[in-house]
Amino acid sequence: MTLNRRHFIATGLATGAFLAAPTVWGQAKAKVVVIGGGAGGATCARYIAKDSEGAVEVTLIDANPIYTTCFFSNLYIGGFREFESLQHGYDKLAGAGITVINDMATAVDRAARTVTLAGGQVLPYDRLVLSPGIDFKDGSVPGWSLDAAEIMPHAYKAGPQTQLLKKMVEEMPQGGTFAMVAPPNPYRCPPGPYERISMVAHVLKATNPTAKILILDPKDKFSKQPLFEEGWGKHYDGMVEWVGPDFGGGAVEVRPDTMEVVVEGEAQKVDVCNVIPGQVAGKIAALAGVTDDSGWAPVHPDSMKAKADENIWVLGDAAAQGDMPKSAFSANSQAKVAAMAIRGELTGSKVFPAKYTNTCWSLIDTDDGVKVGASYEPTPEKIASVDSFISATGEDAALRKATYEESLGWYAGITADIFG
Amino acid sequence: MRRAAILATLAGLAAGLAPALAPAPAPAEAIGDAERGATLFQRQCSACHQIGAQAQNRVGPRLTGLFGRRAASVPDYAYSRSMARMGADGLTWTLETLDPYIENPKALVSGTRMAYRGMADPEARAALLAFLREWSDKPQNIPEAEPTARKTDPDLSPTVLAIEGDPEYGEYLSSECQTCHQRDGSDQGIPSITQWPVEDFVIAMHAYKQKLRPHPVMQMMAGRLTEEEIAALAAYFATLD
Repeated sequence: MTLNRRHFIATGLATGAFLAAPTVWGQAKAKVVVIGGGAGGATCARYIAKDSEGAVEVTLIDANPIYTTCFFSNLYIGGFREFESLQHGYDKLAGAGITVINDMATAVDRAARTVTLAGGQVLPYDRLVLSPGIDFKDGSVPGWSLDAAEIMPHAYKAGPQTQLLKKMVEEMPQGGTFAMVAPPNPYRCPPGPYERISMVAHVLKATNPTAKILILDPKDKFSKQPLFEEGWGKHYDGMVEWVGPDFGGGAVEVRPDTMEVVVEGEAQKVDVCNVIPGQVAGKIAALAGVTDDSGWAPVHPDSMKAKADENIWVLGDAAAQGDMPKSAFSANSQAKVAAMAIRGELTGSKVFPAKYTNTCWSLIDTDDGVKVGASYEPTPEKIASVDSFISATGEDAALRKATYEESLGWYAGITADIFG
Repeated sequence: MRRAAILATLAGLAAGLAPALAPAPAPAEAIGDAERGATLFQRQCSACHQIGAQAQNRVGPRLTGLFGRRAASVPDYAYSRSMARMGADGLTWTLETLDPYIENPKALVSGTRMAYRGMADPEARAALLAFLREWSDKPQNIPEAEPTARKTDPDLSPTVLAIEGDPEYGEYLSSECQTCHQRDGSDQGIPSITQWPVEDFVIAMHAYKQKLRPHPVMQMMAGRLTEEEIAALAAYFATLD
């Protein structure tokens, strides 16, 4: 084996021989490839390009030319947002010097440091960022598979699935039943399923007031539970029934052919069935070999670098990092720490201590917004929560309205921060 | 010596060392040594209490899901009147309330039935609390769950902090603000902080830090910033076009 430059650099890094020296210098610009153009990937690409001022070549890969945010997609189901308002292009990122490629990454060769795309292109990298979001765990809900998603939508990756679910809710027969099979922990957006229930109830209350909503849940409690339960009682009294694991919510089978859900051996006919299955990291993380038995990718808490490979970072939902919930806010926060760490390695720029934050807003009904948030810091073992807050039950209408308006401001802010 | 120069040196060291083998020093502290806590629990608590997925009430109530729980709230357990009153008054079990309770139960709840003299050694209590914390909600799943680590000051030495604000540090810190506050100064639901005069910025942030201003997100954000970090941020935002 010839001792080429890449090999030489890797050895140098491993032994810590190059103190304070940039890892890559000289003739060629350092290359960062980012897979996944959502809250983690696009933010990371944008911050590396912006802050390195042209010193790093950044390529962003996403299968879709238009990104549809999963955050706020429940508000579209509830009729509070237009679908188009969830959609964002990559024009500004491309204008900021990032090479945007709309293709699917199909393989990562960690030894050669290349990414292969479905279109056949092979991209070399010095650092690779994986921010692929989630995929669904096979066999998580007996009777359901992706093939059934046209009949029983998951609507947990925003796009046509979200539009399909909204249409089904609107076309539900009078007095019909909407069922949700809620996901087991950990999953994307802890309050998401319950905000969705609120939004579906908001639609049905107006168009189909005798309809019923059934939540079949494998968890014995869920995020913001007292706030949602208070809100459901107040706005949608008697419409929402939650079935936890003590009453069979944890062992549900679905039958897409007959539109049935089976709870404790008893089949029940429903009119709309939203199955949100158990989740794992987006497939490319497993293909790159950076996930563990849990299906998520362990990362170093102080940098978001994959534990399995010193040249790969994993951001957002796909990462196993500790206490941060899987949310767009978390991914965006992690992306900034990662961008700083990657620039530090590639250009010798300053690396400051990592700080992470998250806030999740949820809408329960018109002008009735709530939020939960926490700050996080790395410990040797994990990203740990050090402080948190949550909206209180019984808050007055003015505060709830201000919270909702704040969430609109946040959406405008974070999408500008992600997409430029 | 200027702060920027020192920071550059520190960061240079960190950049060289951190990526390969040695992770940078961690700013937050784990509650304590959970493994030691497990042994302590076995020896000192398990005669009366159970913890774990299948735990039941015994002489004392089950301790699974203890963190974030209102005192005296486990169903089917007969609490002392004293403990029931504390629960009704709003006592919730957190790191801050459990620590003094384990140190001396009767000092916190006079009439508690817990016949335990207390654990004097703070490190042992921290270990026990770390173990107990493992059997409560994970914030990853329930974001409002109790913290799992203790906050510490940012990992910069006093010498570094005494020197004038580093604009680059301010810019990095500001990336956290810009998830919500837009750099271009737009003002919808969330106020603009671009081009805010330095003094106003500093006063406002300290008012959040001291919880004089009410907004919970901002109290949390400001609460983790040092005076120097607030100064750096103020300097950065004041100069934005």
